[in-house]
Amino acid sequence: MTRKQKKMVVRIAASVLLLVGAVLVPYEGVWRFALFLPAYFVIGWDVLWKAARNIAHGQVFDENFLMALATVGAFCTGFFGEGEYPEAVFVMVFYQVGELFQSYAVGKSRKSIAALMDIRPDSANVEREGKLVPVDPEEVAVGDTITVKAGEKVPLDGVVLEGTSLVNTSALTGESVPRRVAPGDDVISGCVNQSGLLRVRVTKAYEESTVAKILDLVENASAKKARAENFITRFARYYTPVVVLCAAVLAIVPPLFLGGWAGWVEKALIFLVVSCPCALVISVPLSFFGGIGGASRQGILVKGGNYLETLANTEVVVFDKTGTLTKGVFNVTAIHPEECSERGLLELAALAESYSDHPISKSLKEAWGKELDTSRVGRVEELSGRGVRAQVDGRTVCAGNDTFMEEIGVKWHPCHHVGTTVHVAVDGKYIGHLVISDEIKPDARDAIAALKAQGVTKTVMLTGDARAVGEQVARDLGLDQVYTQLLPGDKVAKVEALLKEKSRKGKLAFVGDGINDAPVLSRADIGIAMGALGSDAAIEAADIVLMDDKPSKIAKAMEISKRTLGIVRQNIVFALGVKLLVLALTPFGLSNMWEAVFADVGVTVIAILNASRALQAGRK
Amino acid sequence: MKKTYKLTDLDCAHCAAKMETAIKKIDGVNDATVSFLTQKLTLDADDSRWEDILKQIVKACKRIEPDCVIHL
Repeated sequence: MTRKQKKMVVRIAASVLLLVGAVLVPYEGVWRFALFLPAYFVIGWDVLWKAARNIAHGQVFDENFLMALATVGAFCTGFFGEGEYPEAVFVMVFYQVGELFQSYAVGKSRKSIAALMDIRPDSANVEREGKLVPVDPEEVAVGDTITVKAGEKVPLDGVVLEGTSLVNTSALTGESVPRRVAPGDDVISGCVNQSGLLRVRVTKAYEESTVAKILDLVENASAKKARAENFITRFARYYTPVVVLCAAVLAIVPPLFLGGWAGWVEKALIFLVVSCPCALVISVPLSFFGGIGGASRQGILVKGGNYLETLANTEVVVFDKTGTLTKGVFNVTAIHPEECSERGLLELAALAESYSDHPISKSLKEAWGKELDTSRVGRVEELSGRGVRAQVDGRTVCAGNDTFMEEIGVKWHPCHHVGTTVHVAVDGKYIGHLVISDEIKPDARDAIAALKAQGVTKTVMLTGDARAVGEQVARDLGLDQVYTQLLPGDKVAKVEALLKEKSRKGKLAFVGDGINDAPVLSRADIGIAMGALGSDAAIEAADIVLMDDKPSKIAKAMEISKRTLGIVRQNIVFALGVKLLVLALTPFGLSNMWEAVFADVGVTVIAILNASRALQAGRK
Repeated sequence: MKKTYKLTDLDCAHCAAKMETAIKKIDGVNDATVSFLTQKLTLDADDSRWEDILKQIVKACKRIEPDCVIHL
């Protein structure tokens, strides 16, 4: 509890004691009125003061004004004989208790979210002239060497120079199995070094480091508001003035015909107390905030409440294959030469692809296993979605897929092995092919099944790969549709076609690894990027970022979003329901001030408690 | 330019919404959010008039929620 909150506890206790005393003393008339004043002022002076001050600033209809008016009004009706003084004081006490509880509950949720985001490093140990100097991570330059002791957070992104250790990435990914790092490996800021001492060369400045990016993203998530939040803001703008107007009408019109002013004024006061929209204004953003916080603990970064809302209505999920459903690690599984030796074919293919960073090229180089003499290679041309054309030992070597062979007019033949086939032609003559296959991620199958359970009606896979490969993977995973042999541009067109096919209310999510698919990520209703550890492009382009490579997290994210939206809906229905009920009963004299205060503060507190459940999202 | 400021003693969510609306109306402000939960003001406004805009924001907030302090 903060000091302010403790003070309030004392004031509430004092006021209640004074109130009990006043009730017990048997005075009548003006003296009785005077007896209740101390109790009232102890609890309500700040409300009265704020109300007066805000009116002076031209701010009418705020909570303070309404409570002041309601309690002073209750005092007046008491003075003229019909109401009771204790009621006026107790309404104020109840209101303050509610406010106190509300500030306590919000403070608590705020703290638990802050704890969740406790990945910000406090300092970095930099080597300067042979000595270790602790400095602010923001002051460390790229190229500096830092030391990370066991138990410390890695403050900046870098490469390990010395030492081996286990690092815990759970704060970033929700993954509890620590990662082993050795010299040459990348380490990411925000991870905790668990065992050994690590010397790390910094590769990114603090602002560019993973931890700064994630914090920025999560902190700004509340700026992108969900439709439900905007609805509440708009609603609040009209609700309060309308209810206040009704109160005015209720206080003036019926007594003109029926008489009994005090009774109608009390009814009007009840209207005023119910007119505050606080239960909604606090609990709805709090639910989204909690949902986003809970998701981030699972390694799912959601960039805004609006995306959480969209995700819950996802009907179609479109996957990229490589790196998303499969590991993106290729192995050469077959070598079928036509006219040369197996090693010869592999060497030629590896040389041709030696300048490329494509996963296929990497796997060829890996399969070759030895140093490549790149001086033998000249004039390399990379043809996106087709292959590579390069000069090797003065001959033109073309390595690529079926389409590429067709284009250069080389006669080729398909392979009976399922996988990505790389055909090789030298000076326009076919010399054979190699087959490379990718491994399906272990949780991919379950991920698709889990999505179906979450109400996704269609799962689609897009790939640039050959038909046989794509269809094999789709069959293994149980996907509904598969489109193969797509160029990067075709993927956008396919997603657009799928967007037209789906129902109007359903949403389409695209899941990719952030490499080459930024346009598709932004074209889909919701873009989900995988494996953000290390990929800046993914963090930039996507709406939701999965910190680890697990496709099963998509269903988890949907579950969290649905739960959060459910809580939001419960709160809206409950708060509005209670308020409208009290409003409806009031003109008939079926409600009293107690119920009105409950409809205001009580409902707010219940809504906050319900909203804080959203924070538990994903916790098992 | 975009910048974030810390807020203290922002005690009611409704006032935060009102502050946000008022700040958005100030000339030169491209976008603004007042988050009751994070107790932060995120401001995206015209660079050249930044100081002037800040002054207007402080004034607007004084009017709506006098207890709330913006840490500049």
